[in-house]
Amino acid sequence: MITFWFAILVLAWVLYFVLEGFDFGVGVLAPFLGRDDHERAAAIRTIGPFWDGNEVWLVAAIGVTFAAFPDWYAVLLAGTYLPMVGILLLLAVRGVALEFRGKHDSPAWRRRCDRLLAGSSAGVVLLWGALLGVFVHGLALGPDGTVTGNGLGRSLSPLLTPAAGLGALAALFGAVMLGATFLALRTTGPVRRRAVALGRHGGNLGTVGLLLAGIATGSRLALVAAVLSVIAGMLARQGREGGAFTAVALGVAGAVVAVFTAHGSVVLRSTLDPMWSLTRESAAAGPAALRLITVAGVIVLPGVLAYQTWSYWVFRRRIASERVPS
Amino acid sequence: MDVLDLTRLQFAVVTIYHYLFVPLSICLSATAAGLHLTWLRTGDDRFRDLTRFVGKLLIVTFAVGVVTGLVQEFQFGLGWSAFAKFYGDVFGPTLAIEGMLAFFLEATFLALWYFGWGRLPRRLHAATIVIVAAGTLLSAYIILAANSFMQNPVAYALDPVTGRAHLTSFVELLTNEVVLAAFPHTMAGAAMAGGGLLLAIGVRRLAADPAFRTLSRLGAWLMLAGGALTAITGDHLGKVMTAVQPMKMAAAEALYETTTGAPFSVFALGTLGHEKPFLTVEIPRLLSFLGTGSFSGTVQGIDDLQAQYVAQYGPGSYVPMIPVAFWTFRLMIGAGVAGMALAAYYLWASSTRKWRLPLLPAALQAGAGVPGWARRILLLAPLLPAAANTFGWVFTETARQPWLAFGISTVADGVSPGLTSVEVVASLAGFTLVYGLLAVAWYRLVVHLCGKPLAEVPEKSPAADPAPAY
Ligand code: HDD
Ligand code: HEM
Ligand code: HEM
Repeated sequence: MITFWFAILVLAWVLYFVLEGFDFGVGVLAPFLGRDDHERAAAIRTIGPFWDGNEVWLVAAIGVTFAAFPDWYAVLLAGTYLPMVGILLLLAVRGVALEFRGKHDSPAWRRRCDRLLAGSSAGVVLLWGALLGVFVHGLALGPDGTVTGNGLGRSLSPLLTPAAGLGALAALFGAVMLGATFLALRTTGPVRRRAVALGRHGGNLGTVGLLLAGIATGSRLALVAAVLSVIAGMLARQGREGGAFTAVALGVAGAVVAVFTAHGSVVLRSTLDPMWSLTRESAAAGPAALRLITVAGVIVLPGVLAYQTWSYWVFRRRIASERVPS
Repeated sequence: MDVLDLTRLQFAVVTIYHYLFVPLSICLSATAAGLHLTWLRTGDDRFRDLTRFVGKLLIVTFAVGVVTGLVQEFQFGLGWSAFAKFYGDVFGPTLAIEGMLAFFLEATFLALWYFGWGRLPRRLHAATIVIVAAGTLLSAYIILAANSFMQNPVAYALDPVTGRAHLTSFVELLTNEVVLAAFPHTMAGAAMAGGGLLLAIGVRRLAADPAFRTLSRLGAWLMLAGGALTAITGDHLGKVMTAVQPMKMAAAEALYETTTGAPFSVFALGTLGHEKPFLTVEIPRLLSFLGTGSFSGTVQGIDDLQAQYVAQYGPGSYVPMIPVAFWTFRLMIGAGVAGMALAAYYLWASSTRKWRLPLLPAALQAGAGVPGWARRILLLAPLLPAAANTFGWVFTETARQPWLAFGISTVADGVSPGLTSVEVVASLAGFTLVYGLLAVAWYRLVVHLCGKPLAEVPEKSPAADPAPAY
């Protein structure tokens, strides 16, 4: 049961990082690939109907973490307090910038929203990447499973480790690649042209990023991800947009799985003493709670996947970024 | 302030903020669904335009609700990790199920609806907004069930070894008598909140389009009916609360001695300490009726309850902040009554029927019209329910002190160990800044949306693109 829920939890986090990963990427890229308001609007519209549904995977992932492994949830969030708050604040700015952008007619308003969207998307990606690096590296857990320390440094200092830095860079590469291949797949016109070009060159960069992540995590899965990224670059060169996106997505998924399984059944390593690490068993919820969410998950999640897939189908048409003389 | 107080302050700020937008989303989604169905049935394009207009307001409001809700989901781990560990078995599944069951539904179907004009078959399209409205009710119910656990813990067993709470029955958690009473009350409050917004917008734009008259009157009806329902459901909630947390009701009246046939003070001047207030306006026996359903019922006083709790739970103070409880309770009711009065006046004055009441001056007769100064006052209509909702929550949550989950754990036990004050100060500053900016942006956008002609509102959905699709 614990292993089953661990698998579900990893799946939820993977879906979150892949799905929201591409909309982060589009957020970062929109001002660069869209040269004017119309083109930027087209780029952003590719994620308009999806970003919120994608973000709910974060609610699901953190909810499942809370439900199945309450101790992990508690220690992880309290231990990385300030970076987590940073992510939440950036996500707040980002969601509102996305949703508010097109509702106002003033060009200045839209430009401001574009900048906020790009900045907050990049910030969130960097912070998430850094935190994933920290998850692998571990936290300074004491004997009672709490992170103690003084002042702001308590929860900020883990960000200063090399693992965090590499994670941040790798995440940025991953998100940009996801965004580029997604835009190539979902637009027509100049935005698509530029996205395709970026996907081609970025494939190589992404490979570098994933290799770095592989080194940081010491994980073979991340190396596999790097190979996938090479494939993505090749597919992009041949104009196989769906294939390129899939390959990048698999790469990102692999990297996330690698992070969560880096230390076997230890879910959060203590950097002070291995004895104080948090394991799956010690973090898990009671059997009744696990049974309850199993029933709920088995009934509800397939339905969620079905209607989300349907919504991608409904909005499958490409968004035109060229101007049509009328 | 120490870490505990700062964390409490932060929780209060962030949650109250979330709850300024949530009732609007709940009410606007139901209103959009109602208008959409009306349009389908009547084919009157005025309703289509109104549906899309309310849809825009909904999207903009919903976005703020979503991003602040996300913060809520993390709050328990960030600031209250000890609480999260001990009640993880109860709270975790509840939040997870809310996410899986309700939030996916809301987020996905709202996008399908908003971008789905001209994309989906008409009936299916209308169904999507109905699903959104149902989803908001579902999420409200589940989260209120979680909150009701804290007011009145049910369906749990304490593990003798670890001291942790284990959930024993989810159904029992969902049928806690507190949530059964609180859900209708909060939903009535939500109707008032959304109604106030629609009323103000409708009044502001009366001259622009006759459809706005429909909107303003719809808003006023929602506000009036919602207000009446808050009173009915609030009366019931008060009885449940008196049964499960007698201290809260005693604190709400600053009633120190157990009293039979206790009065309700509408107003009091004084310190609300043991001595008699300097001046009070009382309604005899009303408190007994509110709390017990009988005008001669007995309401337990603070002193007796304190003594009883000391015997039961050990030494300590079990008395919440009396003035906060006393005033927030009155301000909640007062703001609600003022909102209802405003709505009733508007309905009366803007009516097309010409009822005549004897003795009333001509300017106040039905259908006499709404003069400029009254319109300006009506623009403030959204503030009253928002205030009532906030006061209601501050009352509910602060008068539960010192308990986090009533009778089983105190607030001081719940805060994250290791957390430092500077961290909380930094995050509180961040939340205040960002949330402040969000509120300004939301307000400006709503004002902007209201300034546009109604029929133009169906802005470019992707389907309406001038460009070919491929
Ligand atoms: C528009 C909003 C609004 C209005 C007009 C009222 N309320 Fe209310 N009230 C709320 C909005 C609200 C709320 C924000 O929704 C609360 C907070 C917690 C809850 O469950 O509902 C609440 C809580 C609340 C509680 C505390 C429940 C608890 O602690 O468990 C009581 C006893 C009442 N209300 C009673 C009333 C009465 C008797 C009212 C009028 C005659 C009234 N309320 C008007
Ligand atoms: C499921 C819903 C909710 C849960 C689980 C919850 C939980 C909590 C917790 C853990 C605290 C901190 C401890 C404390 O001070 O008591 C708190 C305090 C508070 N909450 Fe709630 N809350 C919920 C809903 C709300 C809502 C919707 C509001 C207002 C809009 C609200 C207003 C407050 C306030 C004002 C405090 C501060 C009380 C004080 O510190 O004295 N709560 N709540
Ligand atoms: C303190 C506990 C709370 C938590 C953890 C919480 C969590 C959340 C989350 C994560 C969202 C975003 C959903 C999305 O991404 O689509 C959200 C929105 C929502 N919440 Fe809360 N919430 C809390 C308090 C409340 C209360 C007390 C109510 C109602 C009584 C409520 C009702 C809603 C509704 C109806 C929405 C959807 C509409 C909107 O986004 O504005 N929440 N909440």
